[in-house]
Amino acid sequence: MSTAHAEHEHHGAPSGLSRWLFTTNHKDIGTLYLWFSFAMLLVGGSFAMVIRLELLQPGMQWVDPNFFNSMTTMHGLIMVFGAIMPAFVGLANWLIPMMIGAPDMALPRMNNWSFWILPFAGTMLLSTMFMDGGGPNFGWTFYAPLSTTYAPASTDFFIFAVHMLGFSSIMGSINVIATIMNMRAPGMTLMKMPLFVWTWLITAFLLIAVMPVLAGAVTMMLTDRNFGTSFFDAAGGGDPVLFQHVFWFFGHPEVYIMILPAFGVVSQIIPTFARKKLFGYSSMVYATASIAFLSFIVWAHHMFTVGMPVAGELFFMYATVLIAVPTGVKVFNWVATMWQGSMTFELPMKWALAFVILFTIGGFSGLMLGIAPVDFQYHDTYFVVAHFHYVLVTGALFSIIAAVYYWLPKWTGHMYSETLGNWHFWCSVIFVNITFFPQHFLGLAGMPRRIPDYNAAFADFNFMSSIGAFGFGLSQLLFLALIIKCIKGGEKATDEVWEGAEGLEWTIPSPAPYHTFAEAPEVK
Amino acid sequence: MSVRKLKQAALVLFSSVLAMTSSHAWADKVLNLREGVTEVSRNAYSLHMIVLWICVVIGVVVFGAMIYSMFAHRKSKGAVAASFHESHKVEILWTVIPFIILIALAIPATKNLLLLEDASNADVTVKVTGYQWKWNYEYMDGDAEGVKYFSALDKASNDARQMNSGIDVSTVPNYLQNVDNALVIPTGKKVRFLITSNDVIHSWWVPDFGFKKDALPGYINEAWTRVEDAGTYRGKCAELCGKDHGFMPIVVVAKEEGEYKKWAAAKKSAAAAEAAAAASDKTWTKAELMAKGAKVYGSSCAACHQPNGEGTGPFPPLKGSAVATGPAAGHINIVVNGSKTNPLMAAYGAQLNDLDLAAVITYERNSWGNDAGIVQPKDVKAAR
Ligand code: HEC
Ligand code: HEM
Ligand SMILES: [Cu+2]
Ligand SMILES: [Cu+2]
Repeated sequence: MSTAHAEHEHHGAPSGLSRWLFTTNHKDIGTLYLWFSFAMLLVGGSFAMVIRLELLQPGMQWVDPNFFNSMTTMHGLIMVFGAIMPAFVGLANWLIPMMIGAPDMALPRMNNWSFWILPFAGTMLLSTMFMDGGGPNFGWTFYAPLSTTYAPASTDFFIFAVHMLGFSSIMGSINVIATIMNMRAPGMTLMKMPLFVWTWLITAFLLIAVMPVLAGAVTMMLTDRNFGTSFFDAAGGGDPVLFQHVFWFFGHPEVYIMILPAFGVVSQIIPTFARKKLFGYSSMVYATASIAFLSFIVWAHHMFTVGMPVAGELFFMYATVLIAVPTGVKVFNWVATMWQGSMTFELPMKWALAFVILFTIGGFSGLMLGIAPVDFQYHDTYFVVAHFHYVLVTGALFSIIAAVYYWLPKWTGHMYSETLGNWHFWCSVIFVNITFFPQHFLGLAGMPRRIPDYNAAFADFNFMSSIGAFGFGLSQLLFLALIIKCIKGGEKATDEVWEGAEGLEWTIPSPAPYHTFAEAPEVK
Repeated sequence: MSVRKLKQAALVLFSSVLAMTSSHAWADKVLNLREGVTEVSRNAYSLHMIVLWICVVIGVVVFGAMIYSMFAHRKSKGAVAASFHESHKVEILWTVIPFIILIALAIPATKNLLLLEDASNADVTVKVTGYQWKWNYEYMDGDAEGVKYFSALDKASNDARQMNSGIDVSTVPNYLQNVDNALVIPTGKKVRFLITSNDVIHSWWVPDFGFKKDALPGYINEAWTRVEDAGTYRGKCAELCGKDHGFMPIVVVAKEEGEYKKWAAAKKSAAAAEAAAAASDKTWTKAELMAKGAKVYGSSCAACHQPNGEGTGPFPPLKGSAVATGPAAGHINIVVNGSKTNPLMAAYGAQLNDLDLAAVITYERNSWGNDAGIVQPKDVKAAR
């Protein structure tokens, strides 16, 4: 998002397409990641519009059930692997070197490669929709045997795409860890690092631990489908439940991969606009680490109804509800940071506050889902859909948007349009709640997830949810307009940008020069 | 545009959406989990209410503090930031209090879970098998021992749910919540379900009973219920199981002991008559076979091959197909034994009797312009 400043650099960027293809500059690569993820947000979002259109009214009107299933599948996959994860990697690229006073990422060539895999993986994933027999239609959780024996031929391309996405993530995380461990400015001890850096360090370890597990799961699918193995095929002596264990051993840490950096972003923004130091810095670090640890021992809370031994169900229930403790600590710390501060409510702060409230609502429903005997009711209903959209949309996505508003002036050198920004914020917050809050009621009333049609008893809330979804989708076009406008021009941003901002990235000029911290700054 | 105008616009929008959706009275909206009709479901409900209220109270405290602070501690009111940023006392407090709340929650949750998973000492056992996209019920003991049948979406819903069927679905009673043959259980008895699947994973869920349990190929899961009141209870398959996952409802009718016995006796004699008819070497007329075949086709085949025989997506058309218009032997073979290469086309020899198979094959060979002669039950028997 920073093309405008390129000309007036002494030691500027090369120009043209090759700048972007061959770049090893962390800012360029961050920009590429962010644009890629925005494009995927729109693609995945348009799939969501198809889903909500079919669900607008009872009866089958627009798409056949098989296509509906591939819409839900592709929507989930694109949003998780195409929109949320790359956006956080983009933020990491832009911000980690600037926050720790490093000139670039530790492994710049690998950095280029880990980005440029993504468009190919994304294209391959999307191309499955045009293949004979249709695209993947088994949900983003791709449970066997629906995704193996019973899946369309295009599934092999889906598997290849997941492998590539995994490669990209692993390389990205190695880079983050190498950068943070080796390239901090003198005096920047671990416990002085900004929380965004801390949360990303822990996230990177999570990624390295679980992406290979995902790769293992899809590889077993591949051999089951093509080479006569039966890892997941009961008829051949395999075990379909094994698939779920392997998937969720990846899948639960994965949801924390998508939220820990969000915690980091919000922990940067709130102190700035409260003009007060973050409350309980060290407890924030420890809470993040304990969440990361716990996230490895709760995976089977997605599988309470699969028929585990009762002892297993009890263990996973206890471990799951335990996560509420460190998560609560985070929320309490944010509120305590605001307490007796001197607050202003610029757009990054608005988004961060919306995050705190709405993410917490998602945390509440998470706690409810963790209570196993009631999850036997909630599981696989719209209640779960509401839960994970509160944590992922109003959690992860809102934090990404907050981050973009917060650092956009630093990236482009211009302030964004306050008017457009206010429209974007209020429309998003209102519509997102119209979309997802009624889904709690739908789930409790008994509407299962992943269905294209329903009884008229569910009609009103589905109608409401669809209207909200169209509104939320359209609102994001305002965001696009705002970003383009801000890149093109606008009020000059100061170096500090925000009155209360602290941290190395605010000591360099706005827009951030192509190369920063060629000489390491001294951290007191 | 001022912030005030924005807020007004937002308000108008919000209230118009509310107005649009409140065409029906809010009073009869289901907003909450249902209490259900069993001990397990009532326990789940009360636990749900407890956790919900705990969340509401914590929410009010936390959001209350936050919102108060947002108003009181704002710069525009001249607030000056305090300098505190740590307090071990508070931090320990807000770690320990949630922990204690969780322990208090875990106790009733554990009790309920143990009850839910205790399927021992059942009076009646029913085996439930998931198929793409219907359920099979088989009574393992008791008055209905040996009774076994399929239960699929009822015809009225099935017709209405076809793409652009032209049928107003709000006129269909229990749209998508009704089946052709309901599961019948006795009231007051502990009924154990042995749940498994013939193909992909399904999940057997009746909200009023308070649980769902996955139906997995290669596994037999246990679940149980005890319903005190006679009545009709409706549910759904809850695990994505392919194209028609949204169209495999569950209906359970609980009957008083005497009624249940009567139902079981009737069901048994009907099954015996049907088996005898299917096994007899009688030669059936084309009209008889076509009439029966249309029914079987509708409940077993139309989901994939479509009512008009034209197929959709990965499911081939039967209208004009080489198999359905070619030699009968090939047609019988793929229907009885399934496709060698594609598991989506199951072996219906295991699901249907000879008469039903002959009827549905005849129906396929003589519908939608196909004209390839009839098949008798004995032809199917010979081919098995
Ligand atoms: C779950 C979806 C599904 C259902 C239900 C289903 N079929 Fe099929 N059927 C298929 C598929 C897929 C094929 C293609 C098999 C192959 O490629 O080998 C097929 C192939 C066939 C063929 C061969 C068509 C040709 O031209 O090659 C016949 C005949 C047939 N099915 C009859 C039936 C009958 C009779 C029923 C009901 C008793 C039925 N099918 C139910 C999916 C289904
Ligand atoms: C307080 C913390 C949380 C708890 C206790 C919790 C608990 C749960 C439980 C028990 C489920 C399974 C529900 C079911 O399928 O029956 C679930 C689903 C899910 N959660 Fe959470 N959760 C928490 C936070 C989060 C966060 C932070 C995220 C992501 C940012 C997240 C994302 C998801 C997703 C994506 C699913 C659905 C997966 C699927 O089936 O497709 N959760 N959660
Ligand atoms: Cu989880
Ligand atoms: Cu099913």
